[in-house]
Amino acid sequence: MKLPVTMMKTPLTIKETQKGLLEKEFSAVELVDSYLSEIKKKDKGLNAFMTVTEDEAYKKAKYIDNSILKADFFESHSLFGAVVAYKDLFLTKGVRTTAGSRVLSSYVPAYSGTVVKKMEVAGAIMIGKTNCDAWAHGASGENSDYGPTKNPWNKEYVPGGSSSGSAVAVSAGMSLISVGTDTGGSVRQPANFCGVVGLKPTYGAISRYGVIAMASSLDTVGSFGHSIEDVETIFNTIKGEDGRDATVRNFQASSSKSQTNSKSKITIGVAKEYFAGGLDKEVENNINEAIKIYKKIGIDVKEISLPHTKYTVPVYYIVMSGEVSSNLGRFDGIRYGNGRDTFGAEAKRRIMLGTYVLSAGYYDAFYLKAQKVRSKIIEDFDNAFSQIDAIISPVFPTPPFKIGEKSDDPLQMYLADVYTAGANLAGIPGLSVPFEFSKKGPPMGFQLLGPRFSENILFDIGKKFHKEVGYVPSIAK
Amino acid sequence: MTQINADDVSHVAKLANLGLTDTEIKKFTPQLTKIIDYISELSEVDPKDVEPTSQTTGLTDVLRMDEVSSEQALTQDESLSGTDATHNGYFKVPAILSERTGK
Repeated sequence: MKLPVTMMKTPLTIKETQKGLLEKEFSAVELVDSYLSEIKKKDKGLNAFMTVTEDEAYKKAKYIDNSILKADFFESHSLFGAVVAYKDLFLTKGVRTTAGSRVLSSYVPAYSGTVVKKMEVAGAIMIGKTNCDAWAHGASGENSDYGPTKNPWNKEYVPGGSSSGSAVAVSAGMSLISVGTDTGGSVRQPANFCGVVGLKPTYGAISRYGVIAMASSLDTVGSFGHSIEDVETIFNTIKGEDGRDATVRNFQASSSKSQTNSKSKITIGVAKEYFAGGLDKEVENNINEAIKIYKKIGIDVKEISLPHTKYTVPVYYIVMSGEVSSNLGRFDGIRYGNGRDTFGAEAKRRIMLGTYVLSAGYYDAFYLKAQKVRSKIIEDFDNAFSQIDAIISPVFPTPPFKIGEKSDDPLQMYLADVYTAGANLAGIPGLSVPFEFSKKGPPMGFQLLGPRFSENILFDIGKKFHKEVGYVPSIAK
Repeated sequence: MTQINADDVSHVAKLANLGLTDTEIKKFTPQLTKIIDYISELSEVDPKDVEPTSQTTGLTDVLRMDEVSSEQALTQDESLSGTDATHNGYFKVPAILSERTGK
């Protein structure tokens, strides 16, 4: 029986969505009705959307409804019917794109980027553009020039950043899936605080053409969904060379030790440095709980060492800010956008820090030194991955915190990137896996890190966990 | 403790073409001091025989054909669509030369 739109429970996965469409349980137009009504109901309080693309969504939905029964349509359209929201860092032709900054308050791109095009071709339905920390600078979602995004599980709490709106849109059922960027943790952190799955892929797996650049040697395009399967589907749809981002090469899956040698078990590493200090007890207990579950299902857990962990944040803030100052140098307010006086405080801080570490007399002591220590950090990961398949790690050193609680002290916020930024410096993938709720309410999970191009192994290890705990995604009311 | 004073902040802001107000300089000076002091922790490591990492792909000399396709080009109207400050199909930019006066 068909339910009236307002009562329709939107499906939680791409598979359920496509099954419902093929079996005519609902139409794509009805799906769009339903997501739009959720946005209308919830987004005033959450501030996850910058722009809602109602007209475009209906147009695409009608196209899906008309084509769906044509032979081969769904086979050649991996994302058909999947409603998607893009972080406002992704250029969308004809749809305003702000990067969360007042500099681009009225910027309407003349072209769409590769990821947006690939998802479009795969049959996804764009529902809107999402709020984010301006220029993707932030770990909490509080640095947007358009006001902070709220955590849908408790509006007094931060959702994590910088892809805050993308995580919240999925978590609150305002979009089925979403896309963000991860330069130092910006997909994994909000996925962690919002209770959704988030993938930061291998550097060079997905083209950044048409994505506003933050730090070019670290930037990756990530995705959010309610299930690991969905994030995997998105990844497989958008990866690969496009001839427009010279860092991208076609994905060649690396096989895990257990896949290469069927006798050996999967081994997960626990870095002792990650538990050395500064880690909140509740987060530590949560990770230990996850480790126990992995041991229970016969996965080996081994202590490893990443000796340069304490330099992760200094190296990251030097390399990142240097690249930020260079990338944001192009915003001169002449060809598009407003003048440089419209940058917000965090962007100005990072531009100045980056200009400082690159300036004459400081380059060797800061930038060059950071690039060398970056090599040591990569070496640490390489050594670890010669003994294990993946690392299990906290995402954020504390449970979710309240809006405004840490925003007065930029350095304190920077330090929170210690568990995520290493993956960006090393170019390796990380999968944020939702697990439990914190004592204070909003969710918390853990992340799995693997060698370059080991996404398939991370998906596999993540799915094993969700299967064992009987994980069922839920929508924040 | 790394010493960063208001003059250093003004100097860096000038290099970055950011016009900061006095209030901003006052606010940023202690914040940047604290951050720079923290990242200076790197002085305690001195990796020897290590190549600096500028990227992690391992790719070198990625080339493509230098071809022009209409699909990859924007029309003049599209190129100018981001600003109202145009003149006869060109971008208007702030003057960097001033007219000669006298002599």
